[in-house]
Amino acid sequence: MSTIRARAFKYGDDINTDYIISGKYKFKSADMEAMAVHAMEDLDPDYYAKVKPEGGILVAGKNFGMGSSREQAPLVLIHSNTKAVLAKSFARIFFRNAINTGLPVVECDTDLIDDGDELEIDLEGGIVRDLTKGVEVPFSPLPPVMAQLLADGGLVEHFKKHGGFAV
Amino acid sequence: MIAIPGKTIAEKILSAHSGTDARAGDIVVADIDFVMGQDGTSPLAIRALERMGVEGVFDPTKVALVIDHSAPSPLEGVSALHTVMREFGKRTGAKVYDIGCGVCHQLIPENGHVVPGDLMVGCDSHTCTYGALNVFSTGVGSTDGAAAMASGKLWFKVPETMRVTYTGELKPGVFSKDLILYLAGQIGADGATYMALEFDGPVIDALSVEARMTISNMAIEVGAKAGLMRADAKTLAWYEGRSERTPAPVEPDPDAVYARTIEIDASTVGPQIAKPHSVDNVSPVEEVEGTPIQQGYLGTCTNGRLEDLAIAASILAGRRVHPDVRFIVAPASRRILLDAIEAGYIQTLVEAGAALVTPGCGPCVGTHNGVPSDGENVISTANRNFKGRMGNSNAFIYLGSPATVAASVIEGKITDPRRYLG
Repeated sequence: MSTIRARAFKYGDDINTDYIISGKYKFKSADMEAMAVHAMEDLDPDYYAKVKPEGGILVAGKNFGMGSSREQAPLVLIHSNTKAVLAKSFARIFFRNAINTGLPVVECDTDLIDDGDELEIDLEGGIVRDLTKGVEVPFSPLPPVMAQLLADGGLVEHFKKHGGFAV
Repeated sequence: MIAIPGKTIAEKILSAHSGTDARAGDIVVADIDFVMGQDGTSPLAIRALERMGVEGVFDPTKVALVIDHSAPSPLEGVSALHTVMREFGKRTGAKVYDIGCGVCHQLIPENGHVVPGDLMVGCDSHTCTYGALNVFSTGVGSTDGAAAMASGKLWFKVPETMRVTYTGELKPGVFSKDLILYLAGQIGADGATYMALEFDGPVIDALSVEARMTISNMAIEVGAKAGLMRADAKTLAWYEGRSERTPAPVEPDPDAVYARTIEIDASTVGPQIAKPHSVDNVSPVEEVEGTPIQQGYLGTCTNGRLEDLAIAASILAGRRVHPDVRFIVAPASRRILLDAIEAGYIQTLVEAGAALVTPGCGPCVGTHNGVPSDGENVISTANRNFKGRMGNSNAFIYLGSPATVAASVIEGKITDPRRYLG
């Protein structure tokens, strides 16, 4: 889990939760596998088809996940086989929801990374390696609380394991 | 001797609820006074509780679930989610506000579930609304909500605070919605990410409690965790008869440390419009005047309160909605609907051509009751105009004050409301 390797799928700044999963689908199904086919569709109708088979790393600019508190947003990314999200910055509710549901999120400079690059993320070491370009991008690892939640497999697993908050 | 600096409202509330000397950047585990979920988020929270193996909630008097986002149910799948919530309420004793009661962010303060000085979380991003009532209230996801329902606790990173002072005075035809849209235009949609906002100044003091809630409601639109204001005599008067609990108002220390301070001279702010497709894409109304619209929407947790209906009614009295425009009105709660009926506002709006829908969130979030058609323009009092927000990604949403929406639905195009107000 501490090293993730996959291809980059790159998008821009201010990708909001309606882009990640439109509010109109929120009530159509409680089945995240079924809802995941709509992930990112208003920005890129082929996102699911491209990412699902071999997995991918979503790369974005600033303020990824702005907007709604809907936890369906990180969940549809997980179910579309998105292994992690890299962005220059994240909206805070999305960031927490991602950790709580077990989706690795990394705040780092994404300017050097292009769509299609092969990436390797060392979560504990705090390094993103762009294998296509042969460059390394450092990042600050998560605060200990969030690292613990992610390592436990999300907040539900953390609660089951520790019987409450153990942070 | 090194002086210990004072604290912001956020630091004080998080200190009091965690039993620590909480300072910006610290991580604390704090006691939660109230937890809320709505029908878009509660079913996932209930599932998370089940997966945690938790049977009940930490205190049924401190948990409420609100059926507002897709209410009454337009689909059998939604009906099933609503049933899950009702059954959870029966099983745990948590309060369930069913269809027709209204929007969560109106019901929680209206029914006195939180009082000044409280710390509460809601599974909805606009939970920051009650910051106007001196409550540290913030939006969380369903799993965080479930953890809070189970344990009565949640961890928080104590936010830095940005202080926004509104000086001068509001000009006629300009409302609190214009003040917060103006701020969003100035600092951008990520201008306060990871921060709390503190709003103050003579303009805030002069606003009604309802108008203040419009500002705090949109704190999340600039990325903030909370949108806090002091509790004054108006706040305390607003709470009379709503709660048996004693409010514990929290003031910032005079020497509190702020990450950034902004001063806005409200006298220079006119009616504002957020253009598609982002809340910070803001212009003075003059720049977009004349843009044709096919739908107007008055309501939502931002601007569905009695004062908002009164403003729109004053403009629409004796006038007609343009024949090419659908005008949808959704009061924020049943109590507001009843008060608006008594005051005659509903009669005025419906006579003018408004279509009244059940108190709730449907049109704003795009679940039902007003999905626009391809290529259409909507002028709305809501807080968000993302592409697809109202259920159609090929429509265009403009945001403005209730006065701007009312003037625009008369003309069939975006209109400066000052032409309709003395």
